[in-house]
Amino acid sequence: MSDITKQSLTELVENIKNKKLSSTDVTKAFIDRSEKSGELNAYITNDFTSALDKAKKFDQKPNLDLKLPGIPMAVKDLFCTKNIKTTAGSKILNNFVPTYESTVTENIWNEGAILLGKLNCDEFAMGSSNETSFFGNVQSPIDKNLVPGGSSGGSASAVAGQLTPVTIGTDTGGSIRQPASFTGIVGLKPTYGSCSRYGIVAFASSLDQAGPMAQNVKDCALLHEVISSYDPKDSTSIDFKRNHYSKELTNNIKGKKIGIPKEYRVDGMPKEIEALWQKGIQYIKDCGAETIDISLPNTSYALPTYYIVAPAEASSNLARYDGVKYGYRAKGENLIDMYEKTRSEGFGTEVQRRIMIGTYVLSSGYYDAYYLKAQKVRKLIKNDFDEAYKKVDAILTPSTPSSAFKIGEKTNDPVSMYLNDIFTVPVNLAGLPGISIPAGHDSKGYPLGLQIIGKAFDEQNILNIAYAMEEKINFKNKITDWWIK
Amino acid sequence: MSKKDSEYLINRKDNQYEVVIGLEVHAQVLSESKLFSTSATKFGAEPNTQVSLVDAAFPGMLPVINEFCVKQAIKTGIGLNAKINKRSVFDRKNYFYADLPQGYQISQFKDPIVGEGKVILDMPYGQKEVGIERLHLEQDAGKSIHDLDPQNTFVDLNRSGVALMEIVSKPDLRSPDEVNAYIKKLRSIMRYLGTCDGNMQEGSLRADVNVSVRPKGSTEFGTRCEIKNVNSIKFMQMAIEYEANRQVDLIEEGKIIDQETRLFDTKKNETRSMRSKEDAHDYRYFPDPDLLPLEVSEKFIEELKNDIPELPDDKKKRFIEEFKLSSYEANILVSDIDTAKYFEEVVAKMGKNKDIKLAVNWITGELFAVLNSKGLEISQSPVSAKNFAILINLIKNGTISGKIAKTVFELMIDGDKDPQKIVEEKGLKQQSDPKALEALIDKIINDNREKAIEYKQGKEKLFGFFVGQAMKASGGKANPQLINEILKKKL
Repeated sequence: MSDITKQSLTELVENIKNKKLSSTDVTKAFIDRSEKSGELNAYITNDFTSALDKAKKFDQKPNLDLKLPGIPMAVKDLFCTKNIKTTAGSKILNNFVPTYESTVTENIWNEGAILLGKLNCDEFAMGSSNETSFFGNVQSPIDKNLVPGGSSGGSASAVAGQLTPVTIGTDTGGSIRQPASFTGIVGLKPTYGSCSRYGIVAFASSLDQAGPMAQNVKDCALLHEVISSYDPKDSTSIDFKRNHYSKELTNNIKGKKIGIPKEYRVDGMPKEIEALWQKGIQYIKDCGAETIDISLPNTSYALPTYYIVAPAEASSNLARYDGVKYGYRAKGENLIDMYEKTRSEGFGTEVQRRIMIGTYVLSSGYYDAYYLKAQKVRKLIKNDFDEAYKKVDAILTPSTPSSAFKIGEKTNDPVSMYLNDIFTVPVNLAGLPGISIPAGHDSKGYPLGLQIIGKAFDEQNILNIAYAMEEKINFKNKITDWWIK
Repeated sequence: MSKKDSEYLINRKDNQYEVVIGLEVHAQVLSESKLFSTSATKFGAEPNTQVSLVDAAFPGMLPVINEFCVKQAIKTGIGLNAKINKRSVFDRKNYFYADLPQGYQISQFKDPIVGEGKVILDMPYGQKEVGIERLHLEQDAGKSIHDLDPQNTFVDLNRSGVALMEIVSKPDLRSPDEVNAYIKKLRSIMRYLGTCDGNMQEGSLRADVNVSVRPKGSTEFGTRCEIKNVNSIKFMQMAIEYEANRQVDLIEEGKIIDQETRLFDTKKNETRSMRSKEDAHDYRYFPDPDLLPLEVSEKFIEELKNDIPELPDDKKKRFIEEFKLSSYEANILVSDIDTAKYFEEVVAKMGKNKDIKLAVNWITGELFAVLNSKGLEISQSPVSAKNFAILINLIKNGTISGKIAKTVFELMIDGDKDPQKIVEEKGLKQQSDPKALEALIDKIINDNREKAIEYKQGKEKLFGFFVGQAMKASGGKANPQLINEILKKKL
């Protein structure tokens, strides 16, 4: 029984279906390990008691036709969960209990999964290290005082540390793929419009996408199959034919053409990253696919474009947190004073910084120079990909320009923190799917990831490529359980 | 069409000033549910009972466009003879207020759903064309209630998210009278279309009024002031009059008019500065990323066009041609859709041998008087069009006289009674039998021999005396025309 938490989602589903394990066995095991893992600070809110009740109930009348029968799962605290506090990692929502469920989590529970609790994240998903959370930073299972990445840092830590079999995160500029890369797991950012945004606390509406995080590609495919759905409640949700991603998963990628964009070879990129990328190219070839050098000429504009578009939308999306209707309210002399105090006390520094950037770039007199121009560049970046996809089926890049860094190392240097997202933001700007898979270790033994970027709605293809490469790479995450006494 | 303007001028010593007015009308879309949510829109509901999670801007809630509201806006655009834009964009207008839950209003800024159009006003000095700049869809805000508690403000979100059409006119209006005619025309068109109930008491129609003045004959515009949120035509007219005079006084004193937003104080009958141009909000408009651009097909628009009923201008034209009405009469009948409906129903029920002129006179005379005194709308008329038509026919075919008809009409009001029955029951039928009337007149002449002789000798005034005697003797029921004829013959 002690090895339950080491099992993949696919194995757990199989064992429950074969009645080798009960939902109660599995749920108990993950609760036990979660309870011993307080030092990771991966959870903001746990729902263990109720989870165990639900598991017992499931076992009394198990529906084994479901895709996630009795599987316990913790989720990022950006997803609204009915009657369970949902904070978005912020003080301003510290007392907020939704009366409704996000579509993505609803899809998960409908397939038989059971909520374990809500996972830590950067405040309103703004951050790359999980250090902006009002609920404290998250420790990486990889090493003490190492960041798990962000903003889905609690999610990455919980999957890598085996506190949950799989999880979901959200990715606005790399918030699934970067922490996945830092913690040696798989993370998929789906095509914009694939997963409903209904009930997800919004950061930047035109970029936000929910996606699965898992120990391996197959688990990732299965969870994606569950969460991706057309939702009329989200006007940007797209009604396209979705695959049975896990069933259709294949490692046969013979003849596929994979693009290698030269612009991703950025100045000052560590040699280890370059070496990893070369190794990736070799794996692609070993799988019988072909690599082609391509150019995505506007890549260098992606990061500045992202840091105009995302804060602009965020400044408006976060206006609703004003102390009037729900959430934190400070006492004020009058309405304006109440607003100022509520928002100054309720939001952390990084969130305030982005609200100010966003307000600035949308201001009259600056709109054309910043926001409008950024939208035009965004189109150019998308055009780059469209052009490339005339020649290739997918694109291979490193996931991040470095491995994980130490807690506190970059907190006073926002720009260096933003640089973490340099390989992931172009994918969000273009609305494309991207997956990060663990592909090796750096000299310190920290995981490094490779990113496969696909055509819009072509998740099956990048999952297949990731699946084929995963087999060749044969990555083993080095989890020492350092935090368990 | 004459483009003659009104002679509404403001006079000061040797100078005359023309007033230039443009209106931004906010018309509530007639719709069961809100612009981006499924909440109800009923007026007068208990506070905060028509509020969804979307309207209250809960985290993660997303707007979904209400197709019906889009159709209503397009129909209104068609009614305003305006260009329908196949692609329009919803923007966020960002500002903080307690009754604005999202912290922004979803509106249309650069790309409205309806472009340029026009409406025609019937003024005493001829027809006047007023240009429409645009029509766009937007959300209403909630309501802040400041006077329920000394310490706190209460917020009612029932209105939050209700669909509004903002109809922006060109600065083509020149007098309070034209503003009156313009608002009434808009209201009339939208009520014909069923796109806005035009109820100003319930706030379904309100306007921001832009006013500037300039020396008569000048073609340049003066500096304008915007008077916010005026909710009755009377107040609009009062505000314009005050504001125009204020601006003229400033010019006469050699002072400068500041471009600013002003409020109309209905109690003091004056406008007051609300905020100057420098203090104007920076709304940071940008396309709402939660909503895709709104695209409508040619087919969609065509289908709506086929759905457009006959509008007041066309109806008026038809009434004049088909019923030989005067322009004045036609105007009265078409300006309100319910009046037009009533009139047309009366016409239909009157059958073949009908007297339309008589019906019009009776509608605008007796019926309007009764409605007025009872404070009723024509849709609530105590006399149905059917019975009204019967009454007109009874006059027309000589069954009753116009005078008796008034008595019958009085009796019809109580319970929409059938006039035919009233006439029969009360024996009010006109006496038109020549033999009976001759006998009656013979008797009167016999009884008044001396007067008959005086008449014959040339005292013609006495003819009226005999008519009066005959009517009296018949209990008012004698056919006056016949009485005249017989008397002339016998005297």
